[in-house]
Amino acid sequence: MIALTEISKKRKKINFKDNKIGWLFALPAVILLLFFTVLPIALSLTLGFTNAQLLETSNPKFVGTQNFKSLLGMSEFTLHASRNADGSVAKDEHGKPVFPQVRSLTRPDSPYVHLRGMQEIYRFGENDKSGTVHVILARDPTFWRSMTNTLFFALVVVPLQGGLGLLLALLVHQKLKGRNIFRTIYFIPTLTSMVVVSLLWQFLLQQNGMINRAIHLVIPGYINIDWLGNTHTSMYAIIGLSIWQAVGYHMIIWLGGLQTIPEELYEAARTDGANKWQEFRYVTWPGLRHTLVFVLITITIAALGLFTQINVLTQGGPLNSTSTLVYQTFSRGYQEQQIGAASSISFIFFILVLIISLLQRILTRKADQ
Amino acid sequence: MKTLSRVTLYTLMTIMSFVFLFPLVFMVISSLKPDAQLLHDTTSLRAFIPTGSISFKNYSGVFTRIPFFTFLFNSLLVSLITVVLGLFVNSSIAFAIARMKWKGKNFVMAIILATLILPFEVIAIPLLYICAKIPSISFTGGFHLTHGIFNSYQIQILPFIANAISIFLFVQFFKTLPKDLDEAARVDGASWFLIYRKIAMPLAGPAIGTVAILTFLPMWNSYLWPVMTIQDERYRPIMIGLQYFYTNFQTSWGQIMAYLSLLTIPVVILFLSMQRFFVTSIATSGVKG
Repeated sequence: MIALTEISKKRKKINFKDNKIGWLFALPAVILLLFFTVLPIALSLTLGFTNAQLLETSNPKFVGTQNFKSLLGMSEFTLHASRNADGSVAKDEHGKPVFPQVRSLTRPDSPYVHLRGMQEIYRFGENDKSGTVHVILARDPTFWRSMTNTLFFALVVVPLQGGLGLLLALLVHQKLKGRNIFRTIYFIPTLTSMVVVSLLWQFLLQQNGMINRAIHLVIPGYINIDWLGNTHTSMYAIIGLSIWQAVGYHMIIWLGGLQTIPEELYEAARTDGANKWQEFRYVTWPGLRHTLVFVLITITIAALGLFTQINVLTQGGPLNSTSTLVYQTFSRGYQEQQIGAASSISFIFFILVLIISLLQRILTRKADQ
Repeated sequence: MKTLSRVTLYTLMTIMSFVFLFPLVFMVISSLKPDAQLLHDTTSLRAFIPTGSISFKNYSGVFTRIPFFTFLFNSLLVSLITVVLGLFVNSSIAFAIARMKWKGKNFVMAIILATLILPFEVIAIPLLYICAKIPSISFTGGFHLTHGIFNSYQIQILPFIANAISIFLFVQFFKTLPKDLDEAARVDGASWFLIYRKIAMPLAGPAIGTVAILTFLPMWNSYLWPVMTIQDERYRPIMIGLQYFYTNFQTSWGQIMAYLSLLTIPVVILFLSMQRFFVTSIATSGVKG
């Protein structure tokens, strides 16, 4: 009985007229969000299971998990070295076992049907005695390279950019004259578009460019590196210019966190005889818990979306060394017009972002406890 | 001791300033130099000093080589329309969420919060597909119905008007307004529209400034979306204009630097004049997390 009156009371609270006007206020945004955000999300979760093409007029066909199979398909294969007539393992001039070509396994007429069309992406566990080595083959090595590149970029950029941002924030949080000027200066790169930053750094990073000149001054024997054109350095160059552009933004966020820590806490710590490090460890750092989670999440999500720099500077090259997940969705979905195949990558990207935002939920809850 | 640490701090801050500024100083200075001198000067500190034959020739070169002012107009038009429409649409739903009671409100808010964190890159490809399927009316060569709204202003505007972050910021702000404000107005018989227009929005200055900036900057800088959807020069935004310079074999670095300066300087001036808005907006978004 009591429950019923509770409900009728709640009912009364929302009266019909307010209900209508409330929806009226919300309607324009709701329609736009439905069409341009919710629908695309729904499609990114479903188009991957079709053969949709960008400019085809006929309706896309359901193809099941075919896109995902060709994207994620992997096999492990144990290669056996060729043997001499006496049954011992054949060795080359360096004393290493001679293994057959992987290509013989992956040719269209290969006896191993499941390996046809695959490519080697990794080999491990080479055993000289038994003459075996394990080979990992993938149906889509470019995808896996893009996946590992994206994760590598995020793993390096997140701690580096977050940490540098915090150091800068601590620096300009000191009570020093002119600190506002320094804050402004550190923030300015974040205002420049990533396209601008990319082209600017492309010039500076050239083989005979300014960066190489500067390194040459410090290290006399240094041989100039073509930073963006070298498979070993291209990703690091991208990481460097990305951090240069974005770190000022996170400095401001850290600064916002620092300003919420009450001055009395520092005074109390000082009267207890805490040194600078202890002040940071026991007052500043605990006070930045929420900011930390926010900074980590925003950098991670932005890092996983790495695209503009790649498109302007390297187009994923050289030899896929800078290809990323988003670059692959662009290249397959737009340039090759294979919306279905590209959406299957978007799907995986979506899951990745989802996992991270769930982690955020858990971390913030922990921080609140 | 105290002065010593102060000297160290200032030295450190100055070095960092150099790290953040040198590419930009180099960009502006180089935009004033002819190509040969620009390349020659990079080997020394002269790269940062406006010496030699200084002129605005690179800038006039940019203006003759590409329809710069068309691109500028397009970018300003698209960004400003998105900002203005976004302010209306996002503030009104936020007002409804923060101040009114209606069925489905919690559900709508849950969806907004869920999409808050989603990067645009996730939905770019499906959105491209949707836009290729939208029926549109073409008036060129008679009246007929076609598919796709590529190469237009609306494709650059429509997807970006409603924005979860803007809604979220407005909700946060409207929640801080005292409840008796609109309750008193309600008792006096004021309609919700009147309260929104005459009470809530006039008080929302800081939120409006923040949302305007947070909408304008990504619109001005947008790249992935126009690259995919705009092939027609008449609708191209300013960032895509850069392609004319770096996809060409006869790269003129002087002209590129001039173009980069033209893209960057207005935003920096805008920032310097509205710094308070910028900084508080970003800082608070982090604290609330």
